[in-house]
Amino acid sequence: MSGLLMDDFVLYALAAGIALALVVGPLGSVVVWRRMAYFGDTLAHAALLGVALAIAAEQLPMAGVGLIGIFIAIILFWLEKQRDLSTDILLGILSHSSLALGLIVLSIIQAQGYNIDLMSYLLGDLLAVDQTDVMLMFVSAFVILLVFSQILSPLISMSVNEDLARIDGVAVEKVRFVFMILLALVIAVALKVVGILLITALLIIPAANARLFSKSPRQMVLVSVLLAIFAVLLGLYSSLNWDLPAGPAIVIAASTLFFISRLLFNRSV
Amino acid sequence: MKQSDHTKVAAKVAAEITDELLLAAKHVGYVKRGKHILNDVSLELHSKEIITLIGPNGAGKTSLIRILLGLSEASSGKVERKQNLQIGYVPQRINVPDVMPLRVCDFLNVMGKFSIDACQQMLTEVNCAYLLYSPMQNISGGEMQRVLLARALLKHPQLLVLDEPASGMDIIGQQALYETIQKIRDKHECSILMVSHDLHLVMAATDKVICLNTHICCTGHPDDVSEHPEYLKLFGDAIEGLALYSHNHDHEHDLQGNIVAAEECHSCEHHVHVQKKPQDKKP
Repeated sequence: MSGLLMDDFVLYALAAGIALALVVGPLGSVVVWRRMAYFGDTLAHAALLGVALAIAAEQLPMAGVGLIGIFIAIILFWLEKQRDLSTDILLGILSHSSLALGLIVLSIIQAQGYNIDLMSYLLGDLLAVDQTDVMLMFVSAFVILLVFSQILSPLISMSVNEDLARIDGVAVEKVRFVFMILLALVIAVALKVVGILLITALLIIPAANARLFSKSPRQMVLVSVLLAIFAVLLGLYSSLNWDLPAGPAIVIAASTLFFISRLLFNRSV
Repeated sequence: MKQSDHTKVAAKVAAEITDELLLAAKHVGYVKRGKHILNDVSLELHSKEIITLIGPNGAGKTSLIRILLGLSEASSGKVERKQNLQIGYVPQRINVPDVMPLRVCDFLNVMGKFSIDACQQMLTEVNCAYLLYSPMQNISGGEMQRVLLARALLKHPQLLVLDEPASGMDIIGQQALYETIQKIRDKHECSILMVSHDLHLVMAATDKVICLNTHICCTGHPDDVSEHPEYLKLFGDAIEGLALYSHNHDHEHDLQGNIVAAEECHSCEHHVHVQKKPQDKKP
């Protein structure tokens, strides 16, 4: 391991993983409180469309994913005003139609001669991140956390009770929308690390695990960051040591931590 | 002519200083999925006033409260609130998701505006100081009401809105809660708008009772009502009235009269003592 750490690609991978851990912890906590896991999944599915469009436009895939995510958030926000359908139905429609559209665009691009490694987008390609990626991820993570810190109190208040939050003067719709946009950006950050298929796992698992060790919402946010970082370290180590794909290894590390804590520390079972 | 106008304006201004209008609903109508929930409801709430809103299930009490609070939009008519009106709202209950670690102190200070001392002090006022670090998921229904009350009071509201605060509580619990509310009101001097089934409290502390059944059926000052011979006559068939209350949902006016009599009767002996006190204070 000490030998491996000398290599640039390992350092970049580590930095990218930590950048991701810094954002999935806080946003994942809110996702868990507000039962938004399916929304995360939808953004992840739509991310494939973002990748395909970005490649077609010869732009960074991360930018495409971010933009499509914001677009999906806007559509969902508008659709939620049609009260006759529940959010999970709307998400099901958005999720699968954007995935299908993504696959169609990808096949068109491939027919035009672009060579696309689909697996690297589906499962991430952490060991291939370079300095630019890392920089971009840290800048995004910084912006996400900055905005997040501004809306954390309203988010906690809304997660407890939306009526009380409204009466306290929280602009519930606005905060919800800003949070959706932040989540879309997190998906973009996560693209290279764990890939489209496994992004939601990193949002949910460290936060769910952190519940066991926290007494207050803010504490849960912090603990989930620590657990996410721990999962990244553990996952990356096993990936390098046993030659496993890095993204899935990080997710398995996170879920192993989750099950161990449940077995050892959950006194309510 | 001009002189008298001036006098009128002056009198009006004076009235407004002592008796400031906090909130007014003007001809509010509310239609939900084609069903008329509220029809032409007008009411005014002044500072330091206690109004109790009563009415059978489905009368639109909760809808009216939500519209007054600004949580729902009226379909017609309008609601006017005093500028920067601070409202403390005490809902019937809230369900904190289990997945959210939340202690009572976190809940009270959810927006990060109050010190832990302020939270502790407010909990002491509602007789729940021991709950400060309890998880919200572990507290009982009665404790929840008190914690919700403490949260509403922390921002020193000019208006406190309580939605059936004693629902699901036993008699002793209800009485204790009402005592607390009374004490708090005397201390904080806020107006109270309360939805209630409990007419005993209505008679003891309320300035005005509003009976709602889609529209406002009747409004009255409880003092006037209780001294009225007609009212006293109504005490007689109280128990039958109670039965009527839960079975005759379509005869609203008849029903209203009977409701007032119905529950009041349970406590009429007792009520006289409670009622005397506020009367004595009056000049």
